[in-house]
Amino acid sequence: MPRLPVTKTPKPYVGGAFIRSESGRTRPLHDAAGTFLAHVPLCTRKDLRNAVEAAAKAGPGWARRTAYNRGQILYRLAEMLEARRAEFAAALVRFGARRAAALREVDAATDRLVHYAGWADKYEQLLGGVNPVAGPYFNFTVTEPMGVVGVLAPAAPALLGLISLTAPVIVSGNTAVVLASEPQPYPAILLGELLATSDLPGGVVNLLTGTRADLLPTFATHAHLRGLSAVADAAERRTLDLGAAESVKRVRYTPDAPLATWLGDAAQGLEPIRAFTEAKTTWHPIGA
Amino acid sequence: MAKSAPARRPRRPAPELQFGDLWPYDPAPETADPRIRPAYGLFIGGRFVEAESGERFDSINPANERKLTELARGGPVDVDAACRAAAAAFPRWSRLPGAERGKYLFRLARLLQDRAREFAVAETMDNGKPIRETRDFDVPSAAAHFFYHAGWADKLAYLAPGRTVAPLGVVGQVIPWNFPLLMLAWKIAPALAAGNCVVLKPASLTPLTAVKLAELLQEAELPPGVVNIVTGPGATGAHLLAHPLVRKVAFTGSTEVGKVILRSVAGAGKRLTMELGGKAANIVFADAPLDQAVEGIVNGIFFNQGQVCCAGSRLLVQESVAERVVAQLRRRLQVLRVGDPLDKNTDLGAIVSREQRDVIRGYLRAGVAEGAELWQAPFRAPARGFYVAPAVFTGVTQSHRIAREEIFGPVLSVLTFRTVEEAVEKANNTPYGLSAGVWTDKGSLILRLATELRAGVVWANTFNKFDPTSPFGGYKESGFGREGGRHGLLDYCAVT
Repeated sequence: MPRLPVTKTPKPYVGGAFIRSESGRTRPLHDAAGTFLAHVPLCTRKDLRNAVEAAAKAGPGWARRTAYNRGQILYRLAEMLEARRAEFAAALVRFGARRAAALREVDAATDRLVHYAGWADKYEQLLGGVNPVAGPYFNFTVTEPMGVVGVLAPAAPALLGLISLTAPVIVSGNTAVVLASEPQPYPAILLGELLATSDLPGGVVNLLTGTRADLLPTFATHAHLRGLSAVADAAERRTLDLGAAESVKRVRYTPDAPLATWLGDAAQGLEPIRAFTEAKTTWHPIGA
Repeated sequence: MAKSAPARRPRRPAPELQFGDLWPYDPAPETADPRIRPAYGLFIGGRFVEAESGERFDSINPANERKLTELARGGPVDVDAACRAAAAAFPRWSRLPGAERGKYLFRLARLLQDRAREFAVAETMDNGKPIRETRDFDVPSAAAHFFYHAGWADKLAYLAPGRTVAPLGVVGQVIPWNFPLLMLAWKIAPALAAGNCVVLKPASLTPLTAVKLAELLQEAELPPGVVNIVTGPGATGAHLLAHPLVRKVAFTGSTEVGKVILRSVAGAGKRLTMELGGKAANIVFADAPLDQAVEGIVNGIFFNQGQVCCAGSRLLVQESVAERVVAQLRRRLQVLRVGDPLDKNTDLGAIVSREQRDVIRGYLRAGVAEGAELWQAPFRAPARGFYVAPAVFTGVTQSHRIAREEIFGPVLSVLTFRTVEEAVEKANNTPYGLSAGVWTDKGSLILRLATELRAGVVWANTFNKFDPTSPFGGYKESGFGREGGRHGLLDYCAVT
């Protein structure tokens, strides 16, 4: 008699722990062939608020880490993703990707983590600086993380999109509350398992699954989210902008794009890091 | 061999001469001609034109309530014409070699320097701020901003190495009344350096130096439509920022209005720079050089009658020196001169408008009603004009309105603290995050506070310093984007 495989209950990774939605609501997840896979939690506004709290708690400690340390932790994520390349690719294939494309996406996601790992101790020298003011003052600008940033990942590519938006947010010391791809939440579930066994402190990245319609308004209005990095359509952008106005929240949109665009060099770099840092300028007189 | 200690004299307090008003200063008015025309049109497509409605509004001198000039009351139709003029000018202007664009800006800087006295007097008459400030700060700083950004125009590729930098298109800019000419320079100079075209709406209370600057634009032979200036009420500014041709919105003003603007452009995909309100903490530790700190506190809150978004309106002073600092502060305020803004000896001029003066008076009443103790320097108000004597509230708690809300007037709230942690906690306990001040002799403490204070600008052992090379802008509800330096310029560029 063939052995009955043990199926997995997918759990979002929030505050360093695996949760089920407080609502108890789930939706059935089917793979590309229509086969039932599991019930994925539909996280609620309450889950989102809890995740923001976890992220806020983790924030100061993460921001205080040295840039070198944050870089090594991001690199460690890449190491672990590389090690689980086949598993992630299989998950993407199961939800409809062709094998070659799935491998390209996983490899690009790994390389993206390496890219941002390298930025950790370099962006400051490019974004900050000493300003030659016309007076006897030492004047310098440094960057600081904003705090908790909301990330709304694109529907596809489910893994590469999520990592491309999240890595530049956390590299500077922000913490992130991420809403995974609505049609394809499974890669984010897997990613949570990877994060849990990485050196990334709990609460730095919090991954929620659920529907955008449920959660988008709260992402927009939650006053403790200081920034939003989103792939969003026109109607969603309006909702996000309107809500963000209430707390003067910084919002950055990345256009929805095919995999080829996400794979490219233009999908990474310094700008996504800059968008979620604050520039702080300090003045001090020079003299006795 | 042991050195003998020098003979020590018992320490006596330095003698102090107080003459009261025994010998009043002679008036020392600045007499340069502000060259104000009886009326100004809108500046659209390189020409002064009347508003489509034909309507005008007056600009008055808040120091004596006399009419200075009248200005065209621009409305939606005029905004549309200005945006079209800017859009029409954009292709040529943005394709002009950077070095050539820069030369126009260098010209503007020089022309402004040439007519600096005239502009200083005009600004003082329109706004009410002391001539000492317009002459020594507003106008020279405005010229410096043009000069600084002029040099960037042919070096944009260095802004974002490895990426392409391009202008955004038509920029809509709305500026406040507290630094009319300087805010205009902060807005226009980087926009033009990056290759954008501009439609700017000055504050309805202080439009004079903007329309005077339009004369300089003509003298500089700036191509028509590159900069357009539409005077009018707040609603005209709202039309401008929401106009479909405007690709970038740059606004300086209150957080309240900023939020209205953010909502009005929601979903429009415009780039945004918002410089909003503030409620800065100025933190004085017991080991600070107190004489300098008191000067810094005075400069921090009474500069421009306190009508400054980054004003140090919350004084946090360490408990052990609080009494001494307040006593010193009061003595200093007694010799501040409040009065005719055109007098070169005046320290505090007029409040910009009757409405703003009444708002400030309302806060003075609110502070007293909530239980704080009000002290005001004695002063004789001129017969006409809008004046408020420097005010200091002691016994203020964090929940008082005067400690939470932006007053935009010469009103200082004094709070005390014991530990560093308490100072940081109190300083950060506000939705704002524009600026902060720290006074201490201890270097490591300065660096700690510079790290822990959630504010875009931290002044350590100084306050209210500005420079074109130095990025300025807020955290949290004080807005986003920066002005000045590489950071400010990048906010006027598309990076791909």
